[in-house]
Amino acid sequence: MDVKYREAYTKGLIKENPTLRLVLGTCPTLAVTTAAINGLGMGVAATFVLVCSNIAISLMRKMIPDKVRLPAFIVIIAGFTTIVQMLVKAYTPSIDKALGIYLPLIVVNCIILGRAEAYASKNSVGLSALDGLGMGSGFTAALLLMGGIREFLGKGTIFNWPNGGLIPPITIFVLPAGGFFVFGMLIWLANRLSDKFDDDASRRETNENVCAACPSAAFCHQTVESETSGLAAAAITKKEADNNE
Amino acid sequence: MENPLVITSSPHLHCGMSTKGIMLDVLIALSPAAVVSVLLFGWRAAAVIIVSVASCVTCEYLSRIVLKKPQSVADLSAVVTGVLLAFNLPSSIPLWQVAIGGVVAIVVVKQMFGGLGFNFVNPALVGRIVLMSSFPKEMDNWVMPLLGSGVDAKTGASPLYTLSQGGEIQYNLKDLFFGIRPGSLGETCVLALLLGGTYLVIRHVISPTIPLIYIGTVFILTWLVGGDPLVGILSGGLMLGAIFMATDYTTSPINTAGKVVFAVGCGLLTVLIREYSSLPEGVSFSIVIMNILVPLIERATRPLPFGEKRRLKHE
Repeated sequence: MDVKYREAYTKGLIKENPTLRLVLGTCPTLAVTTAAINGLGMGVAATFVLVCSNIAISLMRKMIPDKVRLPAFIVIIAGFTTIVQMLVKAYTPSIDKALGIYLPLIVVNCIILGRAEAYASKNSVGLSALDGLGMGSGFTAALLLMGGIREFLGKGTIFNWPNGGLIPPITIFVLPAGGFFVFGMLIWLANRLSDKFDDDASRRETNENVCAACPSAAFCHQTVESETSGLAAAAITKKEADNNE
Repeated sequence: MENPLVITSSPHLHCGMSTKGIMLDVLIALSPAAVVSVLLFGWRAAAVIIVSVASCVTCEYLSRIVLKKPQSVADLSAVVTGVLLAFNLPSSIPLWQVAIGGVVAIVVVKQMFGGLGFNFVNPALVGRIVLMSSFPKEMDNWVMPLLGSGVDAKTGASPLYTLSQGGEIQYNLKDLFFGIRPGSLGETCVLALLLGGTYLVIRHVISPTIPLIYIGTVFILTWLVGGDPLVGILSGGLMLGAIFMATDYTTSPINTAGKVVFAVGCGLLTVLIREYSSLPEGVSFSIVIMNILVPLIERATRPLPFGEKRRLKHE
């Protein structure tokens, strides 16, 4: 039981990291990470919505009729997003300005809907809360890292403080092209790390979990059976991301 | 690799061409422009070329070791990329930035995608574009050629930049043809580039289809939009791009129909970027964009197998 709860939290950090392993929520990931503080703000805001909506949806999972579950999830998520938006506007207006349209767009962030659909609607409140927290931490860590790298290389600052002229700013890192490049490098790093920690059995299990949540599971079930490699899983999660977005 | 007991099926004829031989021919073709660039821009031009080549060759060597692949540095392709990258840079650029350009071209664009023959865009051009977006100030610092002026170095706007600002250029066609104008190292002297291009065509290293159609398209379109067509084809990086970059084997279509589509597309995009965007020059972007479209062009222009009536819809 203990392991189950720990696993519910830790899997979001690297093994099923929402941005770097499941490749969900790439739009805010690429758009707001021009500075570390923006990445952190986005991550914390999304984590708050994720934990709250996971708890609420898990509590109501037996009440929500299956046919209207997606609209119901969206209404719940939109409610919490509105709260976050008001809080950010009131207390950290500078972050609100930097995040701009991406803050209200947390509503359609596919990590949150994805976790509601794949996890919170099927698991108990405690597990769902931990899952939301773990996924949120993974998302925040990825955004913070990406924002940090892009800010350090692209603007030559760390959290808006000058880095002492260690390197001159390389503007391309704050442009979209540099964002995609850093994103790709971090995905590679996350894949390497999770390959190191995982054996084949646990990877297969991850793939099955990921597949269960995917609307296209029926189409590509055979692909997974024939090659349970990280590559196939990446392709499937990518499909999942496309469907959610 | 050099196993003498290789058993293969026929045909066993060999035309004698090798990657190394082709690259050597390209280097020979590039040498007039290299000599002219040093004459025009002084020792700084030589330094940029040397640093660029050294960076590219070192990156090629090291990345093959890191990736645990057979060493490929001897095929000279990294040297060609290095020279082409240097030709695309202004002579005043800081040398460490040149080295970064080499790293981007070889490590990111070429080796990460599998090495020679697997890069989906031209490495040298992406090196230039990355440097252009990373260090806009340094990449826009054009130096007047030393030839005929008494001073060490003098900055000046490139002809296309002057045109894009609505100004009149002060260079006549002869200056543009012999390269007496500010610009990237290797792009200015049209005469040297044409010499190199002719050599490549005579040696059957490149077919003249892409350069001729590319330059022709730019000529006609520049005339149509109301510019001076001769200035249009003699200034900017068009000659360098059309002869040496757009004809890269890996990133250009295989058959003639595809080459025509590719070259017309390059010409169209070049003129569109020159006339209607905030950038004064569009050769590098247009070639890279068309590079990305090459797989689609190849599919559309695939020849029919003998005896086949029409193309199958779903393959």
